[in-house]
Amino acid sequence: MSGAEGRRGALIATLSTVVFFTALALLITHAPGWPEVQKTFFDWGQFKDSLPDIARAFLLNVKIFLIAEAFILVLALLLAVVRSLPGPAALPLRILGIAYADFFRGVPTILVIAMLGFGAPALQLKGVPLSTTFWGIVALVLVYTAYVSEVYRAGIESVHPSQDAAARSLGLTHWQSLRTVVLPQAVRRVIPPLLNDFIGLQKDTALVGFLGSVEAFKQSQIDAAATFNYTSYVAAALLFVALTVPLARFTDWLVLRDRRRRQAAGS
Amino acid sequence: MSEALLVERLHKSFGTLEVLRGVDLEVADHEVVCLIGASGSGKSTLLRCVNLLEPIDAGRIVVEGIEITGRRVDVNRVRRRIGIVFQAYNLFPHMSVLRNVTLAPQLALGLSKDEATRRAMGLLERFGLADKASDYPDSLSGGQQQRVAIVRALAMQPDLMLLDEVTSALDPELVAEVLEVIRELAAGGMTMLIATHEMSFARDIADRVCFLDGGVILEQGPPEQILSAPREPRTQQFLQRIIEAGRL
Repeated sequence: MSGAEGRRGALIATLSTVVFFTALALLITHAPGWPEVQKTFFDWGQFKDSLPDIARAFLLNVKIFLIAEAFILVLALLLAVVRSLPGPAALPLRILGIAYADFFRGVPTILVIAMLGFGAPALQLKGVPLSTTFWGIVALVLVYTAYVSEVYRAGIESVHPSQDAAARSLGLTHWQSLRTVVLPQAVRRVIPPLLNDFIGLQKDTALVGFLGSVEAFKQSQIDAAATFNYTSYVAAALLFVALTVPLARFTDWLVLRDRRRRQAAGS
Repeated sequence: MSEALLVERLHKSFGTLEVLRGVDLEVADHEVVCLIGASGSGKSTLLRCVNLLEPIDAGRIVVEGIEITGRRVDVNRVRRRIGIVFQAYNLFPHMSVLRNVTLAPQLALGLSKDEATRRAMGLLERFGLADKASDYPDSLSGGQQQRVAIVRALAMQPDLMLLDEVTSALDPELVAEVLEVIRELAAGGMTMLIATHEMSFARDIADRVCFLDGGVILEQGPPEQILSAPREPRTQQFLQRIIEAGRL
């Protein structure tokens, strides 16, 4: 592409973006109910008042996310490996793996959270934690492990069988081949969809608020109830976006870097 | 001469398709045997069976006096002694050339990293690939990749090498460098079973040529006899087609 063409393209892109968003803004701000909506959702004073509390509560979301993610990455890989075990002897394990993935992908996350969060502490078993946050994390790990294992599995299946054959022909065991040849290639290929699931998890940490843990969403609910103003929800939403957007851009960057590396190797 | 490989009445089917219908084959130590035959005649399947990459239906395979198709055989131990090189190279794309070569000696033979590296560098040097050691397979030519694949198999110091149409995926101008490597191995006394379409190469290198047809070895003998004066009509037809295709 020549410089002139590039500049022309950039100009068109800028113009069309400006026109589109101006039209959208005009449409919304000229709606009959706009003044009311503006007062209840976009009150600058309320925003400034509620943001510090919500930001503090948001740290709990980040904590839930990080703890859950660490477990999910390991357990999902384990589940994917179990489901790809060869041979008739492993059939019961494979069936268990399939049943697990089917169940936890089928049940709405909020139900798993409610059942575990309200049910498990009610058992009053000795040594079972009562913390709602704890059970919220367990529920998220259970659900997301099912999703993420599917991502890993797709990656494992995308590695051509000839790679495993080559490894086995050299005398490597099934596990050695899996660990050194198949999984490294599989995981590299699924990093973008994995990060995509991270973004989903990051958002779903808000569901733990349903159990009473005061994370960003719960805090904004408390604020809204006290002030009869919903601006706190907008504040919470902005905090979530502030975290997920960099994650999304990071994913894109990883994909691009990988592609460039391959092209550099191929030339 | 003792037997490096003995195949007896080997049968192998894929579903209802019987690819091998009772193959008998002997390969002596230091012998180079070429398998020729049309596509689909079972050359690749035979090699994959010998390396236990395909389970066999009937018959037996004996390598250096040990029956490898028996019940209580450690397949990994067997494979460490049999090197196989594939048509499509099958190098590990996420590893450097050096790591491709050192991986199995370290994991399967228990060599230390230093030992494995020394052995790998020696082999890479011998086949003119030392300067590629830190490169990734994607950045090599097809001929170089296939030479690395041969080196990777050699690093296990196998008793027997199986070569499965190793030049079929290569551009014509890259075939020679790979054949040169195989010639050198033959000169060094490596026992090899080679499936190939390169008839002039087979004539050059083989101690014996086997013509595989309809799932059995129809005819075998010294290359001059099989390639110039075959007795079986099927062999004659096959070679006639090859000559017409300008490949002999």
